[in-house]
Amino acid sequence: MNTSARAKNRNFRWGLLFFLAPVCLWLFLLIVLPHIDLLIMSFRAENDMGDMVWSLSNYRNFFEEPVYWLTYVRTAIYSVLVTFLTFCITLPLAFYITKVVCPRYQGFLTILLLMPFWVSELVRVYGWMILLRESGVVNHFLLKIGLLNQPIEMLYRDTTMVLGLVYTSMLFMVVPLISVLESLDDSLIEAAHDLGANTWSILFKIIIPHATPGIVSGSIVVFMLTLGNYLTPNLMGGKNSLWFTEQIYNQFIASFNWNQGSAFGFLLLIISSLIVWLGLTLSRQKLGKVVQ
Amino acid sequence: MIRTLPQSRGYSFGFKLYMLVYFTFLFAPLVITCVLAFNDSQFPSLPWKGFTLEWFTADLPHRVGIFHDRINLDSIWVSLKVASFVTLLAVGVGTCGAFLFEQEEFRYKQLLYFLMISPLVIPGVILGISILMFSTTLGLYFEQSWNLDVALFRPGVWLVVLGQFSFIATLVTLVVSARLKKFDRTLEEAAMNLGANRFEVIWYITLRFLRPAIIGSGAVAFLMSFENFNTTLFLVGSEATLPINLYLQVRDGSTPVINAISFLLILGTSLLALVSSLVAKKSDQAT
Repeated sequence: MNTSARAKNRNFRWGLLFFLAPVCLWLFLLIVLPHIDLLIMSFRAENDMGDMVWSLSNYRNFFEEPVYWLTYVRTAIYSVLVTFLTFCITLPLAFYITKVVCPRYQGFLTILLLMPFWVSELVRVYGWMILLRESGVVNHFLLKIGLLNQPIEMLYRDTTMVLGLVYTSMLFMVVPLISVLESLDDSLIEAAHDLGANTWSILFKIIIPHATPGIVSGSIVVFMLTLGNYLTPNLMGGKNSLWFTEQIYNQFIASFNWNQGSAFGFLLLIISSLIVWLGLTLSRQKLGKVVQ
Repeated sequence: MIRTLPQSRGYSFGFKLYMLVYFTFLFAPLVITCVLAFNDSQFPSLPWKGFTLEWFTADLPHRVGIFHDRINLDSIWVSLKVASFVTLLAVGVGTCGAFLFEQEEFRYKQLLYFLMISPLVIPGVILGISILMFSTTLGLYFEQSWNLDVALFRPGVWLVVLGQFSFIATLVTLVVSARLKKFDRTLEEAAMNLGANRFEVIWYITLRFLRPAIIGSGAVAFLMSFENFNTTLFLVGSEATLPINLYLQVRDGSTPVINAISFLLILGTSLLALVSSLVAKKSDQAT
Protein backbone atom coordinates (compact mmCIF):
# COMPACT_ATOMS: atom_id res chain seq x y z
CA MET A 1 0.00 0.00 0.00
CA ASN A 2 2.68 2.38 1.12
CA THR A 3 5.07 1.50 -1.69
CA SER A 4 2.40 1.76 -4.37
CA ALA A 5 1.39 5.19 -3.10
CA ARG A 6 5.01 6.27 -3.23
CA ALA A 7 5.39 4.87 -6.74
CA LYS A 8 2.31 6.78 -7.81
CA ASN A 9 3.71 9.90 -6.25
CA ARG A 10 7.02 9.49 -8.09
CA ASN A 11 5.14 8.95 -11.36
CA PHE A 12 3.18 12.08 -10.66
CA ARG A 13 6.32 14.17 -10.16
CA TRP A 14 7.90 12.83 -13.34
CA GLY A 15 4.71 13.65 -15.21
CA LEU A 16 4.77 17.18 -13.85
CA LEU A 17 8.38 17.65 -14.93
CA PHE A 18 7.70 16.17 -18.36
CA PHE A 19 4.92 18.69 -19.00
CA LEU A 20 6.46 21.61 -17.15
CA ALA A 21 9.86 21.62 -18.86
CA PRO A 22 8.80 22.36 -22.47
CA VAL A 23 6.20 24.89 -21.37
CA CYS A 24 8.71 26.73 -19.17
CA LEU A 25 11.33 26.71 -21.93
CA TRP A 26 8.79 28.18 -24.33
CA LEU A 27 7.49 30.86 -21.98
CA PHE A 28 10.81 31.97 -20.52
CA LEU A 29 13.02 31.83 -23.60
CA LEU A 30 10.51 33.24 -26.08
CA ILE A 31 8.23 35.47 -24.01
CA VAL A 32 9.70 36.58 -20.66
CA LEU A 33 13.41 37.05 -21.40
CA PRO A 34 12.92 38.78 -24.79
CA HIS A 35 10.57 41.29 -23.23
CA ILE A 36 12.96 41.98 -20.36
CA ASP A 37 15.66 42.51 -22.97
CA LEU A 38 13.30 44.85 -24.84
CA LEU A 39 12.74 46.86 -21.66
CA ILE A 40 16.46 47.09 -20.90
CA MET A 41 17.36 48.10 -24.45
CA SER A 42 14.74 50.84 -24.42
CA PHE A 43 16.52 52.50 -21.49
CA ARG A 44 19.94 52.47 -23.11
CA ALA A 45 21.32 55.00 -25.53
CA GLU A 46 24.62 56.33 -26.84
CA ASN A 47 26.03 59.29 -24.96
CA ASP A 48 28.19 62.00 -26.52
CA MET A 49 31.25 59.79 -26.33
CA GLY A 50 29.56 57.03 -28.31
CA ASP A 51 29.26 54.64 -25.35
CA MET A 52 26.07 52.86 -24.39
CA VAL A 53 24.72 54.21 -21.09
CA TRP A 54 21.49 54.09 -19.13
CA SER A 55 19.29 56.92 -20.29
CA LEU A 56 15.74 58.10 -20.76
CA SER A 57 16.53 59.79 -24.04
CA ASN A 58 14.58 57.27 -26.14
CA TYR A 59 11.43 58.12 -24.26
CA ARG A 60 12.27 61.83 -24.26
CA ASN A 61 12.59 61.72 -28.05
CA PHE A 62 9.13 60.26 -28.25
CA PHE A 63 7.54 63.11 -26.32
CA GLU A 64 9.60 65.88 -27.89
CA GLU A 65 9.04 64.85 -31.49
CA PRO A 66 5.38 65.59 -32.37
CA VAL A 67 5.37 63.17 -35.29
CA TYR A 68 5.96 60.25 -32.92
CA TRP A 69 3.35 60.92 -30.29
CA LEU A 70 0.84 62.18 -32.84
CA THR A 71 1.12 58.87 -34.67
CA TYR A 72 0.79 57.11 -31.34
CA VAL A 73 -2.41 58.92 -30.37
CA ARG A 74 -3.79 58.62 -33.90
CA THR A 75 -3.18 54.86 -33.95
CA ALA A 76 -4.92 54.41 -30.60
CA ILE A 77 -7.94 56.55 -31.57
CA TYR A 78 -8.32 54.89 -34.96
CA SER A 79 -8.09 51.45 -33.34
CA VAL A 80 -10.92 52.31 -30.96
CA LEU A 81 -12.95 53.67 -33.89
CA VAL A 82 -12.34 50.51 -35.94
CA THR A 83 -13.37 48.35 -32.99
CA PHE A 84 -16.60 50.31 -32.58
CA LEU A 85 -17.42 50.22 -36.30
CA THR A 86 -16.74 46.48 -36.45
CA PHE A 87 -19.15 45.97 -33.57
CA CYS A 88 -21.89 48.06 -35.24
CA ILE A 89 -21.56 46.14 -38.50
CA THR A 90 -21.44 42.64 -37.05
CA LEU A 91 -24.12 42.89 -34.34
CA PRO A 92 -27.13 42.86 -36.76
CA LEU A 93 -25.41 40.09 -38.65
CA ALA A 94 -24.92 37.89 -35.58
CA PHE A 95 -28.49 38.64 -34.50
CA TYR A 96 -29.89 37.72 -37.90
CA ILE A 97 -27.99 34.43 -38.02
CA THR A 98 -28.87 33.35 -34.49
CA LYS A 99 -32.42 34.66 -34.11
CA VAL A 100 -34.09 35.66 -37.36
CA VAL A 101 -33.07 33.41 -40.23
CA CYS A 102 -34.74 30.06 -40.78
CA PRO A 103 -32.64 27.51 -38.79
CA ARG A 104 -32.09 25.45 -41.92
CA TYR A 105 -29.75 28.10 -43.38
CA GLN A 106 -28.00 28.84 -40.11
CA GLY A 107 -25.06 26.48 -40.55
CA PHE A 108 -24.57 27.38 -44.17
CA LEU A 109 -24.54 31.13 -43.46
CA THR A 110 -22.07 30.68 -40.61
CA ILE A 111 -19.65 28.74 -42.81
CA LEU A 112 -20.05 31.32 -45.57
CA LEU A 113 -19.32 34.04 -43.05
CA LEU A 114 -16.12 32.46 -41.78
CA MET A 115 -14.72 31.29 -45.10
CA PRO A 116 -12.95 34.50 -46.26
CA PHE A 117 -10.99 34.65 -43.04
CA TRP A 118 -9.17 31.43 -43.72
CA VAL A 119 -7.49 33.29 -46.56
CA SER A 120 -4.33 35.25 -45.86
CA GLU A 121 -4.73 38.89 -44.84
CA LEU A 122 -2.38 39.86 -47.63
CA VAL A 123 -4.67 38.36 -50.27
CA ARG A 124 -7.67 40.20 -48.84
CA VAL A 125 -5.84 43.53 -48.77
CA TYR A 126 -4.61 42.90 -52.29
CA GLY A 127 -8.19 42.26 -53.38
CA TRP A 128 -9.23 45.66 -52.00
CA MET A 129 -6.28 47.28 -53.75
CA ILE A 130 -7.28 46.02 -57.19
CA LEU A 131 -10.88 47.01 -56.48
CA LEU A 132 -10.20 50.55 -55.32
CA ARG A 133 -7.07 51.81 -57.05
CA GLU A 134 -7.17 54.44 -59.76
CA SER A 135 -7.18 51.84 -62.53
CA GLY A 136 -9.25 49.54 -60.35
CA VAL A 137 -12.45 47.63 -60.90
CA VAL A 138 -14.79 50.03 -59.03
CA ASN A 139 -13.51 52.99 -61.03
CA HIS A 140 -13.92 50.96 -64.21
CA PHE A 141 -17.60 50.33 -63.49
CA LEU A 142 -18.31 53.88 -62.32
CA LEU A 143 -16.79 55.23 -65.55
CA LYS A 144 -18.75 52.75 -67.63
CA ILE A 145 -22.14 53.70 -66.22
CA GLY A 146 -21.23 57.35 -66.49
CA LEU A 147 -21.14 58.34 -62.83
CA LEU A 148 -17.58 59.57 -63.21
CA ASN A 149 -15.81 61.38 -66.00
CA GLN A 150 -12.33 60.47 -64.92
CA PRO A 151 -11.04 57.92 -62.46
CA ILE A 152 -10.49 58.99 -58.87
CA GLU A 153 -7.94 57.53 -56.47
CA MET A 154 -9.91 55.78 -53.73
CA LEU A 155 -6.92 54.03 -52.22
CA TYR A 156 -4.42 55.69 -49.86
CA ARG A 157 -6.98 57.57 -47.77
CA ASP A 158 -7.82 57.26 -44.10
CA THR A 159 -11.34 56.11 -44.94
CA THR A 160 -10.01 53.29 -47.09
CA MET A 161 -7.60 52.28 -44.38
CA VAL A 162 -10.43 52.11 -41.83
CA LEU A 163 -12.49 50.06 -44.29
CA GLY A 164 -9.60 47.63 -44.73
CA LEU A 165 -9.04 47.34 -40.98
CA VAL A 166 -12.75 46.73 -40.30
CA TYR A 167 -12.86 44.11 -43.05
CA THR A 168 -9.82 42.32 -41.63
CA SER A 169 -11.13 42.18 -38.09
CA MET A 170 -14.85 41.38 -38.57
CA LEU A 171 -14.39 37.67 -37.94
CA PHE A 172 -12.99 38.17 -34.46
CA MET A 173 -16.09 40.12 -33.48
CA VAL A 174 -18.74 38.00 -35.18
CA VAL A 175 -17.68 34.65 -33.69
CA PRO A 176 -17.97 35.67 -30.00
CA LEU A 177 -21.18 37.58 -30.78
CA ILE A 178 -22.81 34.55 -32.40
CA SER A 179 -21.84 32.27 -29.53
CA VAL A 180 -23.13 34.70 -26.90
CA LEU A 181 -26.40 35.41 -28.72
CA GLU A 182 -27.03 31.68 -29.08
CA SER A 183 -27.27 31.47 -25.30
CA LEU A 184 -29.89 34.26 -25.15
CA ASP A 185 -33.29 32.81 -24.36
CA ASP A 186 -35.84 33.77 -27.05
CA SER A 187 -38.64 33.97 -24.50
CA LEU A 188 -37.06 37.06 -22.94
CA ILE A 189 -37.44 38.91 -26.20
CA GLU A 190 -40.96 37.52 -26.68
CA ALA A 191 -41.97 38.65 -23.20
CA ALA A 192 -40.60 42.14 -23.76
CA HIS A 193 -42.41 42.29 -27.06
CA ASP A 194 -45.71 41.20 -25.49
CA LEU A 195 -45.32 43.86 -22.83
CA GLY A 196 -45.07 46.46 -25.54
CA ALA A 197 -41.33 47.18 -25.75
CA ASN A 198 -40.16 48.55 -29.06
CA THR A 199 -37.14 47.34 -31.03
CA TRP A 200 -34.74 49.86 -29.54
CA SER A 201 -35.54 49.20 -25.92
CA ILE A 202 -35.30 45.43 -26.56
CA LEU A 203 -31.88 46.05 -28.11
CA PHE A 204 -30.54 48.20 -25.28
CA LYS A 205 -32.26 46.54 -22.31
CA ILE A 206 -32.05 42.86 -23.26
CA ILE A 207 -29.75 42.03 -26.15
CA ILE A 208 -26.74 44.23 -25.38
CA PRO A 209 -26.64 43.54 -21.61
CA HIS A 210 -26.81 39.81 -22.30
CA ALA A 211 -24.14 39.99 -25.00
CA THR A 212 -21.62 42.00 -22.95
CA PRO A 213 -19.10 39.16 -22.36
CA GLY A 214 -19.02 38.40 -26.10
CA ILE A 215 -18.78 42.08 -26.98
CA VAL A 216 -15.86 42.55 -24.60
CA SER A 217 -13.87 39.56 -25.79
CA GLY A 218 -14.50 40.42 -29.43
CA SER A 219 -13.55 44.04 -28.87
CA ILE A 220 -10.32 43.14 -27.11
CA VAL A 221 -9.18 40.88 -29.92
CA VAL A 222 -10.20 43.36 -32.63
CA PHE A 223 -8.53 46.24 -30.83
CA MET A 224 -5.30 44.29 -30.32
CA LEU A 225 -5.13 43.11 -33.91
CA THR A 226 -5.88 46.58 -35.27
CA LEU A 227 -3.36 48.31 -33.05
CA GLY A 228 -0.65 45.82 -34.01
CA ASN A 229 -1.54 45.68 -37.69
CA TYR A 230 1.16 46.64 -40.13
CA LEU A 231 0.02 45.32 -43.48
CA THR A 232 -3.31 47.12 -43.95
CA PRO A 233 -2.25 50.66 -42.92
CA ASN A 234 0.93 50.25 -44.90
CA LEU A 235 -0.69 49.10 -48.14
CA MET A 236 -4.06 50.86 -48.00
CA GLY A 237 -3.26 54.03 -46.05
CA GLY A 238 -1.58 56.97 -47.71
CA LYS A 239 1.65 58.80 -46.95
CA ASN A 240 -0.13 60.81 -44.24
CA SER A 241 -1.79 57.88 -42.52
CA LEU A 242 1.22 56.57 -40.65
CA TRP A 243 0.57 53.75 -38.17
CA PHE A 244 2.64 53.34 -35.03
CA THR A 245 3.86 49.90 -36.06
CA GLU A 246 5.32 51.54 -39.15
CA GLN A 247 7.30 53.88 -36.89
CA ILE A 248 8.66 50.83 -35.08
CA TYR A 249 9.54 49.19 -38.37
CA ASN A 250 11.28 52.37 -39.56
CA GLN A 251 13.38 52.56 -36.40
CA PHE A 252 14.39 48.93 -36.66
CA ILE A 253 14.92 48.37 -40.35
CA ALA A 254 15.45 51.81 -41.90
CA SER A 255 17.31 53.85 -39.26
CA PHE A 256 18.73 50.80 -37.49
CA ASN A 257 18.13 52.57 -34.15
CA TRP A 258 17.12 49.51 -32.13
CA ASN A 259 17.06 51.31 -28.80
CA GLN A 260 14.60 53.90 -30.04
CA GLY A 261 12.59 51.10 -31.67
CA SER A 262 12.38 49.11 -28.44
CA ALA A 263 11.15 52.20 -26.59
CA PHE A 264 8.41 52.53 -29.20
CA GLY A 265 7.63 48.83 -28.90
CA PHE A 266 7.27 49.17 -25.18
CA LEU A 267 5.02 52.20 -25.52
CA LEU A 268 2.78 50.21 -27.88
CA LEU A 269 2.68 47.37 -25.38
CA ILE A 270 1.77 49.80 -22.61
CA ILE A 271 -1.14 51.38 -24.45
CA SER A 272 -2.52 48.05 -25.61
CA SER A 273 -2.38 46.57 -22.09
CA LEU A 274 -3.83 49.78 -20.65
CA ILE A 275 -6.84 49.87 -22.97
CA VAL A 276 -7.47 46.12 -22.65
CA TRP A 277 -7.30 46.46 -18.86
CA LEU A 278 -9.65 49.45 -18.99
CA GLY A 279 -12.13 47.52 -21.12
CA LEU A 280 -12.01 44.52 -18.77
CA THR A 281 -12.45 46.66 -15.66
CA LEU A 282 -15.31 48.72 -17.06
CA SER A 283 -17.23 45.61 -18.08
CA ARG A 284 -16.15 43.54 -15.04
CA GLN A 285 -14.75 40.66 -17.08
CA LYS A 286 -11.65 38.51 -16.48
CA LEU A 287 -8.97 37.93 -19.10
CA GLY A 288 -8.69 34.21 -18.35
CA LYS A 289 -12.42 33.84 -18.89
CA VAL A 290 -12.61 36.05 -21.94
CA VAL A 291 -9.99 34.19 -24.00
CA GLN A 292 -11.98 30.99 -23.82
CA MET B 1 -38.30 40.81 -34.03
CA ILE B 2 -37.27 37.16 -33.92
CA ARG B 3 -38.56 34.22 -35.85
CA THR B 4 -41.37 33.36 -33.42
CA LEU B 5 -42.76 36.89 -33.50
CA PRO B 6 -44.65 38.54 -36.35
CA GLN B 7 -42.38 40.68 -38.49
CA SER B 8 -43.28 43.70 -40.53
CA ARG B 9 -42.45 43.45 -44.20
CA GLY B 10 -40.02 46.35 -44.06
CA TYR B 11 -38.16 44.74 -41.16
CA SER B 12 -37.47 41.44 -42.85
CA PHE B 13 -36.76 43.08 -46.19
CA GLY B 14 -34.32 45.46 -44.52
CA PHE B 15 -32.49 42.55 -42.89
CA LYS B 16 -32.28 40.63 -46.16
CA LEU B 17 -30.90 43.67 -47.94
CA TYR B 18 -28.34 44.16 -45.18
CA MET B 19 -27.19 40.55 -45.50
CA LEU B 20 -26.93 40.87 -49.26
CA VAL B 21 -24.82 44.03 -49.01
CA TYR B 22 -22.68 42.48 -46.29
CA PHE B 23 -21.92 39.32 -48.21
CA THR B 24 -21.13 41.33 -51.33
CA PHE B 25 -18.72 43.39 -49.25
CA LEU B 26 -17.28 40.20 -47.79
CA PHE B 27 -16.67 38.35 -51.02
CA ALA B 28 -16.03 41.12 -53.57
CA PRO B 29 -12.26 41.39 -53.04
CA LEU B 30 -11.74 37.62 -53.11
CA VAL B 31 -13.93 36.99 -56.14
CA ILE B 32 -12.38 39.80 -58.14
CA THR B 33 -8.87 38.59 -57.27
CA CYS B 34 -9.70 35.10 -58.52
CA VAL B 35 -11.43 36.33 -61.69
CA LEU B 36 -8.56 38.59 -62.70
CA ALA B 37 -6.10 35.70 -62.39
CA PHE B 38 -7.59 34.44 -65.66
CA ASN B 39 -7.65 37.76 -67.51
CA ASP B 40 -5.46 37.93 -70.62
CA SER B 41 -3.96 41.32 -69.73
CA GLN B 42 -0.59 42.56 -68.46
CA PHE B 43 -2.22 44.25 -65.43
CA PRO B 44 -4.63 42.93 -62.79
CA SER B 45 -7.47 45.23 -63.86
CA LEU B 46 -10.49 45.37 -66.14
CA PRO B 47 -11.43 45.51 -69.07
CA TRP B 48 -11.76 41.81 -69.66
CA LYS B 49 -9.51 40.75 -72.52
CA GLY B 50 -10.36 37.07 -72.71
CA PHE B 51 -9.74 33.92 -70.71
CA THR B 52 -6.20 32.61 -70.30
CA LEU B 53 -4.27 30.17 -68.15
CA GLU B 54 -0.97 31.84 -69.00
CA TRP B 55 -0.57 33.40 -65.55
CA PHE B 56 -0.28 29.84 -64.26
CA THR B 57 1.53 27.97 -67.01
CA ALA B 58 3.32 30.38 -69.36
CA ASP B 59 7.09 30.53 -69.61
CA LEU B 60 7.47 33.40 -72.07
CA PRO B 61 9.88 36.36 -71.96
CA HIS B 62 7.14 38.92 -71.18
CA ARG B 63 4.95 36.65 -69.12
CA VAL B 64 6.09 34.08 -66.55
CA GLY B 65 3.33 32.01 -64.96
CA ILE B 66 3.45 30.95 -61.31
CA PHE B 67 4.51 27.39 -62.15
CA HIS B 68 7.75 28.72 -63.67
CA ASP B 69 8.33 31.62 -61.30
CA ARG B 70 11.39 30.56 -59.30
CA ILE B 71 11.25 33.30 -56.66
CA ASN B 72 7.62 32.73 -55.78
CA LEU B 73 7.93 28.95 -55.87
CA ASP B 74 10.95 29.15 -53.55
CA SER B 75 9.05 31.33 -51.09
CA ILE B 76 6.11 28.90 -51.12
CA TRP B 77 8.55 26.12 -50.29
CA VAL B 78 10.08 28.15 -47.43
CA SER B 79 6.60 28.87 -46.06
CA LEU B 80 5.60 25.21 -46.21
CA LYS B 81 8.79 24.24 -44.41
CA VAL B 82 8.33 26.87 -41.70
CA ALA B 83 4.66 26.01 -41.25
CA SER B 84 5.42 22.28 -40.87
CA PHE B 85 8.03 22.86 -38.17
CA VAL B 86 5.84 25.39 -36.36
CA THR B 87 2.90 22.97 -36.41
CA LEU B 88 4.97 20.09 -35.03
CA LEU B 89 6.51 22.22 -32.28
CA ALA B 90 3.30 24.03 -31.37
CA VAL B 91 1.19 20.87 -31.24
CA GLY B 92 3.82 19.08 -29.12
CA VAL B 93 4.38 21.86 -26.62
CA GLY B 94 0.75 23.01 -26.69
CA THR B 95 -0.49 19.52 -25.79
CA CYS B 96 2.03 19.41 -22.93
CA GLY B 97 0.67 22.78 -21.84
CA ALA B 98 -2.90 21.50 -21.89
CA PHE B 99 -1.97 18.53 -19.65
CA LEU B 100 0.03 20.81 -17.39
CA PHE B 101 -2.77 23.30 -16.79
CA GLU B 102 -5.64 20.80 -16.70
CA GLN B 103 -4.22 17.84 -14.81
CA GLU B 104 -1.28 18.99 -12.72
CA GLU B 105 -1.15 21.05 -9.57
CA PHE B 106 1.92 23.08 -8.65
CA ARG B 107 2.91 26.38 -7.13
CA TYR B 108 2.61 29.53 -9.22
CA LYS B 109 0.22 27.77 -11.61
CA GLN B 110 -1.89 30.91 -11.95
CA LEU B 111 1.16 33.00 -12.79
CA LEU B 112 2.30 30.52 -15.42
CA TYR B 113 -1.21 30.39 -16.88
CA PHE B 114 -1.23 34.15 -17.15
CA LEU B 115 2.13 34.01 -18.95
CA MET B 116 0.76 31.34 -21.29
CA ILE B 117 -2.16 33.47 -22.45
CA SER B 118 -0.13 36.68 -22.61
CA PRO B 119 0.93 36.18 -26.28
CA LEU B 120 -2.71 36.80 -27.16
CA VAL B 121 -2.48 40.38 -25.93
CA ILE B 122 1.02 41.13 -27.24
CA PRO B 123 0.96 42.57 -30.76
CA GLY B 124 2.79 40.35 -33.26
CA VAL B 125 5.17 43.17 -34.16
CA ILE B 126 6.35 43.39 -30.53
CA LEU B 127 6.90 39.63 -30.35
CA GLY B 128 8.95 39.93 -33.54
CA ILE B 129 11.21 42.74 -32.32
CA SER B 130 11.71 41.35 -28.84
CA ILE B 131 12.72 37.93 -30.14
CA LEU B 132 14.99 39.56 -32.72
CA MET B 133 16.73 41.61 -30.04
CA PHE B 134 17.05 38.78 -27.58
CA SER B 135 18.55 36.46 -30.17
CA THR B 136 20.99 39.17 -31.21
CA THR B 137 21.97 39.71 -27.57
CA LEU B 138 22.50 35.97 -27.16
CA GLY B 139 24.44 35.79 -30.41
CA LEU B 140 26.76 38.60 -29.31
CA TYR B 141 27.25 36.97 -25.92
CA PHE B 142 28.15 33.60 -27.44
CA GLU B 143 30.54 35.22 -29.89
CA GLN B 144 32.34 37.27 -27.27
CA SER B 145 32.49 34.60 -24.58
CA TRP B 146 33.21 31.47 -26.54
CA ASN B 147 33.92 32.74 -30.01
CA LEU B 148 30.97 30.71 -31.29
CA ASP B 149 28.90 31.83 -34.23
CA VAL B 150 25.48 30.26 -33.78
CA ALA B 151 23.34 30.39 -36.92
CA LEU B 152 20.14 30.06 -34.89
CA PHE B 153 20.59 33.53 -33.43
CA ARG B 154 20.69 35.30 -36.78
CA PRO B 155 17.51 36.23 -38.65
CA GLY B 156 16.49 33.29 -40.79
CA VAL B 157 14.18 30.33 -41.12
CA TRP B 158 14.80 28.98 -37.60
CA LEU B 159 14.17 32.30 -35.93
CA VAL B 160 10.95 32.67 -37.91
CA VAL B 161 9.89 29.21 -36.71
CA LEU B 162 10.57 30.15 -33.08
CA GLY B 163 8.85 33.53 -33.41
CA GLN B 164 5.66 32.07 -34.88
CA PHE B 165 5.73 29.16 -32.46
CA SER B 166 5.82 31.55 -29.49
CA PHE B 167 2.19 32.63 -29.98
CA ILE B 168 0.72 29.72 -31.97
CA ALA B 169 1.50 27.35 -29.08
CA THR B 170 -0.89 29.40 -26.92
CA LEU B 171 -3.69 28.76 -29.36
CA VAL B 172 -3.02 25.00 -29.42
CA THR B 173 -2.88 24.92 -25.61
CA LEU B 174 -6.27 26.63 -25.34
CA VAL B 175 -7.98 24.41 -27.94
CA VAL B 176 -6.60 21.15 -26.52
CA SER B 177 -7.36 22.28 -22.94
CA ALA B 178 -10.97 22.91 -23.89
CA ARG B 179 -11.33 19.29 -25.04
CA LEU B 180 -9.35 17.89 -22.11
CA LYS B 181 -11.86 19.56 -19.76
CA LYS B 182 -14.57 17.28 -21.15
CA PHE B 183 -12.49 14.16 -20.56
CA ASP B 184 -13.91 11.69 -18.06
CA ARG B 185 -11.04 11.04 -15.65
CA THR B 186 -12.58 7.85 -14.32
CA LEU B 187 -11.33 6.24 -17.54
CA GLU B 188 -7.78 7.06 -16.45
CA GLU B 189 -8.39 5.68 -12.98
CA ALA B 190 -9.78 2.49 -14.47
CA ALA B 191 -6.69 2.04 -16.63
CA MET B 192 -4.41 2.71 -13.66
CA ASN B 193 -6.28 0.14 -11.59
CA LEU B 194 -5.68 -2.33 -14.39
CA GLY B 195 -1.95 -1.70 -14.08
CA ALA B 196 -1.15 0.96 -16.66
CA ASN B 197 1.33 3.64 -15.72
CA ARG B 198 0.72 7.33 -16.33
CA PHE B 199 2.40 7.47 -19.72
CA GLU B 200 0.56 4.40 -20.99
CA VAL B 201 -2.69 5.98 -19.86
CA ILE B 202 -1.90 9.20 -21.69
CA TRP B 203 -0.74 7.41 -24.83
CA TYR B 204 -3.52 4.83 -25.11
CA ILE B 205 -6.48 6.71 -23.65
CA THR B 206 -6.19 10.46 -23.20
CA LEU B 207 -4.42 11.22 -26.49
CA ARG B 208 -6.94 9.08 -28.40
CA PHE B 209 -9.67 11.20 -26.89
CA LEU B 210 -7.85 14.44 -27.73
CA ARG B 211 -7.19 13.52 -31.36
CA PRO B 212 -9.86 15.74 -32.98
CA ALA B 213 -8.70 18.78 -31.01
CA ILE B 214 -5.07 18.04 -31.84
CA ILE B 215 -5.78 17.63 -35.56
CA GLY B 216 -7.99 20.72 -35.64
CA SER B 217 -5.55 22.94 -33.79
CA GLY B 218 -2.72 21.56 -35.93
CA ALA B 219 -4.56 22.63 -39.09
CA VAL B 220 -5.19 26.11 -37.66
CA ALA B 221 -1.56 26.34 -36.50
CA PHE B 222 -0.36 25.42 -39.99
CA LEU B 223 -2.55 28.08 -41.59
CA MET B 224 -1.64 30.77 -39.07
CA SER B 225 2.03 30.08 -39.58
CA PHE B 226 1.69 29.96 -43.37
CA GLU B 227 -0.04 33.33 -43.41
CA ASN B 228 1.81 35.12 -40.63
CA PHE B 229 3.23 38.47 -41.55
CA ASN B 230 3.71 40.71 -38.51
CA THR B 231 6.08 38.56 -36.48
CA THR B 232 7.86 37.13 -39.51
CA LEU B 233 8.64 40.59 -40.92
CA PHE B 234 11.36 41.23 -38.34
CA LEU B 235 12.84 37.74 -38.14
CA VAL B 236 13.11 36.85 -41.79
CA GLY B 237 16.59 36.51 -43.26
CA SER B 238 17.51 36.02 -46.90
CA GLU B 239 14.89 33.32 -47.46
CA ALA B 240 11.55 35.17 -47.62
CA THR B 241 8.33 33.40 -46.72
CA LEU B 242 5.40 33.72 -49.11
CA PRO B 243 3.55 36.57 -47.30
CA ILE B 244 6.75 38.63 -47.08
CA ASN B 245 7.56 37.96 -50.71
CA LEU B 246 4.03 38.83 -51.84
CA TYR B 247 4.08 41.98 -49.74
CA LEU B 248 7.25 43.20 -51.44
CA GLN B 249 5.72 42.54 -54.87
CA VAL B 250 2.37 44.17 -54.03
CA ARG B 251 4.09 47.24 -52.62
CA ASP B 252 6.19 47.78 -55.73
CA GLY B 253 3.44 47.27 -58.32
CA SER B 254 1.60 44.13 -59.21
CA THR B 255 1.14 41.61 -62.00
CA PRO B 256 -1.59 38.99 -62.47
CA VAL B 257 0.90 36.39 -61.19
CA ILE B 258 -0.03 37.61 -57.70
CA ASN B 259 -3.67 36.95 -58.57
CA ALA B 260 -2.73 33.46 -59.70
CA ILE B 261 -0.94 32.79 -56.38
CA SER B 262 -3.90 34.25 -54.48
CA PHE B 263 -6.26 31.98 -56.39
CA LEU B 264 -4.18 28.93 -55.46
CA LEU B 265 -4.04 30.11 -51.83
CA ILE B 266 -7.80 30.59 -51.65
CA LEU B 267 -8.31 27.15 -53.18
CA GLY B 268 -5.79 25.54 -50.84
CA THR B 269 -7.03 27.12 -47.64
CA SER B 270 -10.67 26.34 -48.47
CA LEU B 271 -9.75 22.70 -49.03
CA LEU B 272 -7.78 22.55 -45.79
CA ALA B 273 -10.65 24.17 -43.88
CA LEU B 274 -13.13 21.74 -45.40
CA VAL B 275 -11.00 18.65 -44.68
CA SER B 276 -10.22 19.69 -41.09
CA SER B 277 -13.87 20.43 -40.32
CA LEU B 278 -14.90 17.07 -41.83
CA VAL B 279 -12.26 15.24 -39.78
CA ALA B 280 -13.37 17.03 -36.62
CA LYS B 281 -17.01 16.17 -37.29
CA LYS B 282 -16.22 12.52 -37.97
CA SER B 283 -14.15 12.11 -34.80
CA ASP B 284 -16.83 13.89 -32.80
CA GLN B 285 -19.35 11.33 -33.96
CA ALA B 286 -16.95 8.49 -33.24
CA THR B 287 -16.51 9.41 -29.59
